Formats: sequence, structure tokens, C-alpha cells
Amino acid sequence: MSSLIACHDCDLIQRLPHISEAGTIQCIRCGAVLHQKIRNSIERTLSLTLAGLVLFGLANAFPFLAFKIGAQVRQTTLLTGIQELYAQGMPELSVIVLLTTVLVPFAQMLCMLYILLPLKFRQIPKGLPQVFRFIRHLQPWNMMEVFMLGILVSVVKLAKMAKIIPGVALYSFLALIFVLAAMTASLDSHLIWEKWDEKR
Amino acid sequence: MNQGLKTARNEGLISCHSCHLLCRSAGPDAIMTCPRCGTRLRRRKPNSIKRTWALVVAAFIFYIPANLLPITIVTSLGNAQSDTIMSGVIYFIKTGMWPIALVIFVASIFVPLLKLIILTFLLITVQRKSSWRQKDRTRLYRITEVVGRWSMVDIFVVTILVALVKLGALASIQAQSGAVFFCAVVVITLFAAMSFDPRLIWDTEESLNE
Repeated sequence: MSSLIACHDCDLIQRLPHISEAGTIQCIRCGAVLHQKIRNSIERTLSLTLAGLVLFGLANAFPFLAFKIGAQVRQTTLLTGIQELYAQGMPELSVIVLLTTVLVPFAQMLCMLYILLPLKFRQIPKGLPQVFRFIRHLQPWNMMEVFMLGILVSVVKLAKMAKIIPGVALYSFLALIFVLAAMTASLDSHLIWEKWDEKR
Repeated sequence: MNQGLKTARNEGLISCHSCHLLCRSAGPDAIMTCPRCGTRLRRRKPNSIKRTWALVVAAFIFYIPANLLPITIVTSLGNAQSDTIMSGVIYFIKTGMWPIALVIFVASIFVPLLKLIILTFLLITVQRKSSWRQKDRTRLYRITEVVGRWSMVDIFVVTILVALVKLGALASIQAQSGAVFFCAVVVITLFAAMSFDPRLIWDTEESLNE
């Protein structure tokens, strides 16, 4: 029964064909992606996670954007807007922005590291199913790419009244978006469950 | 149509939503957990239609103040000017930055409304057990899952403006309550899309076969 699967979008039972090469298997009825086979999935995802953590550190440690009007310069970091919203009496907005652009991506990377580092050395981390489920629940709440579009809009909006100077953190943040997207895409969940079945 | 196709529900099986293991159901009312990953097994998302309806209605209600109330107040040399989402779009059109106007209009006004209309349409067709163009309706559902997040862009613009434009009496920007309602619309519609179970679209065909 292990190669039988029910489509998560239309519940149709079908046999997963065995594929040795990298590729995608879709549901025969509704076209949902059932399985994505990726070569060296664990190593690839692990290295992207580590790269992501380095970029995350840079994105939070350095100036993000600076705003120059005449002789006045206002330097901001990634967290400035979040603090400012909180100070203006908008704690709800502040928390949502903090979650979707900082905490969720960070938690995703930490959980990924927790699962993949032991797997790489043929160990099974404690509570793997729970942590894995948690990563998947977090996925829709990582909105870094939307934040980037927000930066673009703001810069265009302010360009007429002042000079905007991008900082190191902005470039790190941009790179982090691509690294995190690649990290999520390169994880082969079936492989994780196979390993879990083997070692249990 | 599709006589040879079997679904997990008809065969007395449940697919674990976390690890996709097919498990044999112990009966319609049995409480089961997945033998592989320990997740609570459910044939369909619990109370999917009721929950999604509640969230969709809430989002429709919040959509009104989100668009009528100002999202920011710009204070510049003693002059205060409040902006709603739509007045922001109009400002960009007037100043000739129509690509940005288009981005804001699509992300903040068009997408949330489209998402709510699609979910309402899916809920009604599922409740009427319609078997009309199930594949296309599943595609519509996937669209709502993908596009919803982009509506947050206006909230992020407010966050960045509030951070950057803080130059004392010269210029400052304050976030206003419209932004809170707008953010609520986006978050609620995200939850609404999550609580809808696309397998309900396909359930009609099987009940006809039974």
C-alpha cells in the first residue's frame, strides 16, 4: 500500500510511479502536484538553510534603508517600521509584520536545520513529524517577497521628495528571499518520510 | 463518467494530511491518528463549509471599513493629509506612475475581492453538489491559495513609510485604523482559503456512483 496515494486536492486513489530521475508527478484527475523528486534533496536543502541563516543575520544586523532629505538623514533597519507601528498604537499591525517578515522565516530555517542536520548524519531527530508539520503550517505566513514589493512601491513613492539609500541589509534580504524559496522547493517530503519509516 | 476511478473516501481509506500515508478507516465515527506521523486523521477538513462561510462573511464586512477609512495620515509642515487605499491609487495615476497604481489596485482592491468572490462561488457550488467543471473549480481554488498573500503589500508599504518618513516637523506618517481593517481582511481570507477543502468539489461525483 506504500506506493498508493490519495490526491490531497481531489481524494483520487492512484499508484505513484517509481521514478529514479528528478521530476514531478501530477494527479491524473485534477493536476495537483503529488510528488516532486529532487536529486540530493537533503544536502541541497541543508546548504540553502545554512546560507539563509547567514543572510538572515546580515539582514538584521546592518542598515536597511536610509532616507535623505536635504541635510537630514534617517537611517532604518528591518525592525524600525515594526517598532514605529507599535509606538503609534498599532500593535496588531506590528505583530503581523514582525511574524510575516522576520519570525516565520527564521523559525522555518531553524526547524529545517533541526530536521536535516541529524538526517544528514543518519540520525532521526526527536519529534520529526511534529516539527515537519510545523514547517508546513508556517509556509503560507512567510511573506518576504511581498515585503520586497512593498519596498519597491515605497521607494517609488518617496523618490520625488527625497533620496533613498539602500543598505547592506536590503541586498541580504533580497538574496534571502531567493534562498528561502529554493530551500522550500528543494525539500523532498517523501524522502523525509521514507527515512523516518526506515529508522523507526 | 469516471467509473473506474476510486477515491479514498469511497474505499474506506483516509489520507493523512501531513505525511500522505493512506490509512484504513476504523469506521465513520472512530477517532484515529496516523500510524506513521501521529497526526489526527480526518476524512475531510473539519466543518470546512461552515468555517469558510464564517470567515468569508467576516472578511466581506471588514472589506468595507478597510476601503473607507484612511490607512495613513501624512503630516508635512503642519499640513495633515489622510489617505485611503483608493486615494493612494489615484495619487499614483495623477503623478503618472501608473505601473505602481496598477500594482496597488490589483493587490489591495482587486485580489481580496476576487478571492472572496471565488470562495463564495466555490462554497455555493459545493453546497449545491454541483459537478460542473470540477477541474476548473479546483484550479480556481489554487489561485486563491497563491494570490492572497500579495494583498499584504499595502501593509508593508505603510510599515516602510512609517519607518522612513519620521523627520519631526518636516514630515511624518502615521498609520491609521483602515490599515488594521485591511490587514484583518487579508489574514481572514488566508484562513478562509486554508479552511476550505477542495476535495468537497469532487465529492458529488462519488455520491452519485454509490
